[in-house]
Amino acid sequence: MTKSILLIGVGGQGTILISRILSAGFARMGYDVKMSEIHGMSQRGGSVTTMIRYGDEVSSPNFGEAEADIIISFEKSEAIRALPQLKKGGTVITDDYEILSVPVLTGASSYPHDALEQLRAVVPNTIIIEAFKAAEKLGNSRCQNIVLLGKFVKTMGLDEKADWKELVAENVPPRTVDINLKAYELGYNM
Amino acid sequence: MSDKIMMSGNEAIARGVWEAGVHVAAAYPGTPSTEILENIGTLFKDDIYCEWSVNEKVAFEVAAGASIGGARAFCAFKHVGMNVATDPIFSMGYAGVNGGLVFVTADDPGCWSSQNEQDNRWYGPHTKIAMLEPSDSQECLDFVKAAYELSERFDTPVMIRVTTRVCHSKSLVQTGDRKDVDVIKYERNPSKFALLPATAIARHPVREKLLAEMEEYSYDCPFNRVEETEGAAIGVITSGISYQHAREAFGKKASYLKLGLTYPVCGKLVREFCEKYDTLYVIEENDPYLELQVKALGFTGIHGKDLVPACNELNAAVLRRAIFNEEPGESYHVEATAPARPPTMCAGCPHRGFFLSLSKVLDKVVPAGDIGCYGLGTQAPFNGFGFSLCMGAGFSTLVGLSQALKRQSDPRKALGMVGDSTFFHSGITSLIDIVSSESNVIACVLDNSITAMTGHQENPGTARNLMGQSSPVVDIIALVKACGIDEDHLRVVDPLDISAMDAALRDGIEANGPFVIVTKRPCVLIKEVARANGKRHAVIDPEKCIGCRMCMSAACPAIAFKDGRSMISEGSGCIGCGLCTQLCRFGAISIVEE
Repeated sequence: MTKSILLIGVGGQGTILISRILSAGFARMGYDVKMSEIHGMSQRGGSVTTMIRYGDEVSSPNFGEAEADIIISFEKSEAIRALPQLKKGGTVITDDYEILSVPVLTGASSYPHDALEQLRAVVPNTIIIEAFKAAEKLGNSRCQNIVLLGKFVKTMGLDEKADWKELVAENVPPRTVDINLKAYELGYNM
Repeated sequence: MSDKIMMSGNEAIARGVWEAGVHVAAAYPGTPSTEILENIGTLFKDDIYCEWSVNEKVAFEVAAGASIGGARAFCAFKHVGMNVATDPIFSMGYAGVNGGLVFVTADDPGCWSSQNEQDNRWYGPHTKIAMLEPSDSQECLDFVKAAYELSERFDTPVMIRVTTRVCHSKSLVQTGDRKDVDVIKYERNPSKFALLPATAIARHPVREKLLAEMEEYSYDCPFNRVEETEGAAIGVITSGISYQHAREAFGKKASYLKLGLTYPVCGKLVREFCEKYDTLYVIEENDPYLELQVKALGFTGIHGKDLVPACNELNAAVLRRAIFNEEPGESYHVEATAPARPPTMCAGCPHRGFFLSLSKVLDKVVPAGDIGCYGLGTQAPFNGFGFSLCMGAGFSTLVGLSQALKRQSDPRKALGMVGDSTFFHSGITSLIDIVSSESNVIACVLDNSITAMTGHQENPGTARNLMGQSSPVVDIIALVKACGIDEDHLRVVDPLDISAMDAALRDGIEANGPFVIVTKRPCVLIKEVARANGKRHAVIDPEKCIGCRMCMSAACPAIAFKDGRSMISEGSGCIGCGLCTQLCRFGAISIVEE
């Protein structure tokens, strides 16, 4: 059975790195894996999504509405943007972190500060963590993605099936291995 | 599966180019094709001469020259980039090759980063060039290698047509080793390569004959295959990424004719397949390219664009709805909506200063845009330009626009903008036209010292090339002057110096005849620039800020307005560019270095 994961965040938050680690992990677990990124204009502070699909045999790298088993969101309102993609019974793991877009900053658009309360009320499998804050406290807010990875691995019960710490160490910049391993632990134990 | 590597289509194409023993590769960056040459430049530059050419036509001609000279050559561009390159491509279609010549067109269904969804498969029959369509990363690698064999066997350039979801999707790939290929000795052969009328008219039947031979070969081509499902009453003909979506949507309900070689299309194979099934579908993204060819063979009852949308990307859900009337499954709904989050100019972006000044003179100029990060300047609050077409049009449209404005007694002046890379790409020729036509317009080169939008590729102004070597800098200002712009009609300014930027625009509006403004400040994302900026950032003194929102007019993502005051939060990306300090009339904003 093919599983579909949607990662969503804001350009520059590191969604692509965690996608790379996840797909390498699924491949190591013996699954067929496909991952679809969108590059280009969206990197300039726009909303960015990555899709990962794994299973015995995967055809399409991308999917449509109500087809995601899991959404991993790096930003509060982006979880809301991605919600129509979630299957009934699916799981949302989201950071509590807010990034105000330029239309919000200039007052042309408003920000749903209570988004997560609403999300929790309708999606039974809603998991909210403070990944950005934890990473910041650790000394590098850019490790937010690895905190989320730790939480994802724990939630999905994948820790036995691949050496995720090794995968983290292989995929992050060499100088940041230690702090990212700490970030992983932190997310895992949240 | 563990010996396979996750690779994007673009990475796999680059690897295939290397494994095929290619000697020369050239491209102009364009999403979704850019990473192909980036990977060649990073990983394989010891074996392959590679370059970012100034535009796609030049890139293809670099590759064509290498092929004529006997080397295996490669070229890549996005779909609209191919339009720029088609002049020499059509010619090489007649001439054929010496060393193998393969190029990639990366199409963008869904317009993720493009001005249209043009379907470049039509270029196969139009240029009379063989075309292959891979549908995952493994096929990207395999098809590129096979394309070189085909190119040399059938004396034809080969086009590889991919789309965004092939280029930017990763899947597992089995790699191989590089094949050592000798360069074929160059020998003068004007009756093949010097395409004067007499040569060309003689080459045309040669090309038609080779195409007929290729179609014969296509029946045995391993990249065309029938995947039969026992008991299936439905037959699906498909290619490229659409094959993957069709597999998801039809599953075991259908048998598949999966075409890898989509020009020339194998009529015999299609006929044999169609005769076996009662119900037939052609599943393809965008245009009915395969559908029309299948119908031309007499299978007019086949379904295609009568059901499958011609606009936007496909996925399995779209197909399920189109073919089986299946609605998507249930999801969840909340009242809250996500705020608009369009891509924006980064904090510290030099273009922000240009557009801030431009927005103050919109009653005096009619601006034209172009392709690059500065395309973001059309958005509110700057509303910087009302139209943009393609690379270089930001200058050349001014000549006609100024005539149209004059004829309707509109006193506003035509003003256009191109970036540094776009200036090299096709802005120079447009500027020459402005000068020679003595057009009364303002042409602005927004020089941020990099090809930014596609992710920081080198260009002739960057002093460094794709292979990581230092290279001579082509001086934009000297070029502008050499095109015939004198000092009186030229301003070189720092776009983040508001009064200087305002003054340059004012001078341009008051001047007569062609006027050029070059804004010079590097992109803040360039590593060296970011390093030099260090920890510099702006701070707003809450005691002095009166909440007038003047600084907000810069629409900078680093400045937020909270509780009646402007503020710059940590992690906002502020680099202390100083634009907002100039806007504040109360001295509330200062730049600190810690």
